[in-house]
Amino acid sequence: MMLDLNTLLAILAMAAATILTRVSGLVLIRYVEIDENRRTAIEAIPPAVLMAVIAPTAFATGWAETLACAVTAIAASRLPMLASVVLGVATVALLRAAGL
Amino acid sequence: MLQQNRPAGEFIAGMRTIFPLIVAVLPIGLVFGAVSATEGLSPLETTLMSAFVFAGGSQFVAMDIWTHPASWIGVGFAALLVNIRHVLMSASIGTKMQSFSSVKRYIAMLFLADELWAMAEFRAGSTRLTPAWYAGIVTPFYLTWVGSSLAGALLGAFLGNPAVIGLDFAFPAVFVVLVMGFWKGPETGAVLAASAVASVTINHFVPGVWYIAAGALAGLATALWQGRAKEQAT
Repeated sequence: MMLDLNTLLAILAMAAATILTRVSGLVLIRYVEIDENRRTAIEAIPPAVLMAVIAPTAFATGWAETLACAVTAIAASRLPMLASVVLGVATVALLRAAGL
Repeated sequence: MLQQNRPAGEFIAGMRTIFPLIVAVLPIGLVFGAVSATEGLSPLETTLMSAFVFAGGSQFVAMDIWTHPASWIGVGFAALLVNIRHVLMSASIGTKMQSFSSVKRYIAMLFLADELWAMAEFRAGSTRLTPAWYAGIVTPFYLTWVGSSLAGALLGAFLGNPAVIGLDFAFPAVFVVLVMGFWKGPETGAVLAASAVASVTINHFVPGVWYIAAGALAGLATALWQGRAKEQAT
């Protein structure tokens, strides 16, 4: 197995950057006092980040993805997670096969 | 006796919770390994990247912009940009880790992949988040990611395109389910709308991964604005 020095350096740089982002939030809340207002904002982080990640797939990729996201969202209010995800994946596969 | 059993029980509960995501991450890891092989990375290099970086999004972006010889500045900066959302994620989950010692908090953060973070947030919403439960979701997920990357690198071109059977959609689907779980009323709707509009707009006009940061900040700004408006009303 080969290990190129430049590749190893690149991997370590990526690891360092990732660790920096993952740890700095923890450092931040340690030194910033959290009042009611900031708590509300922190509570909004999970939905805001998750939506930011999926929005291009959900709204701007194609009808198959948009419809499958809608099916998954509706299923999520009634079914367990795994069932909703399987339903979403099946929907997107079917719609893509149908040419959407 | 009960004291001893508790962490083990929590660990197993965590492993159960993460199971659907293990099924979802396996094909993604295989694809990552296969892609990295086509970019000229050896199986060892691919495995090291998955083990040290452990952030799928930035790893795929790195493969997208990979050069020979590798540019540590290029991929390092790209990783910083793709993963900047982790600052918000760790700030958020950090407020819910009362049962973690200081050292354990920092160790936990090293494994703060999107999926693990989202499951931990979800858990913290209903019960106390414990180190044992967190270790229970991290361990199998981490091993699957690293192992499937290696398998993908070894199998390489034998793997087909996962888009055909819709497996690339597994993670968006998981995130849709989780988003629905964070719904707390019209205020959440406004945050989601702001995030979605900013994300789609920036994704359309700006190349790269700025859309994630843009959407997250738009949602955060909306929540801050709502908080201030409420304060003034009372």
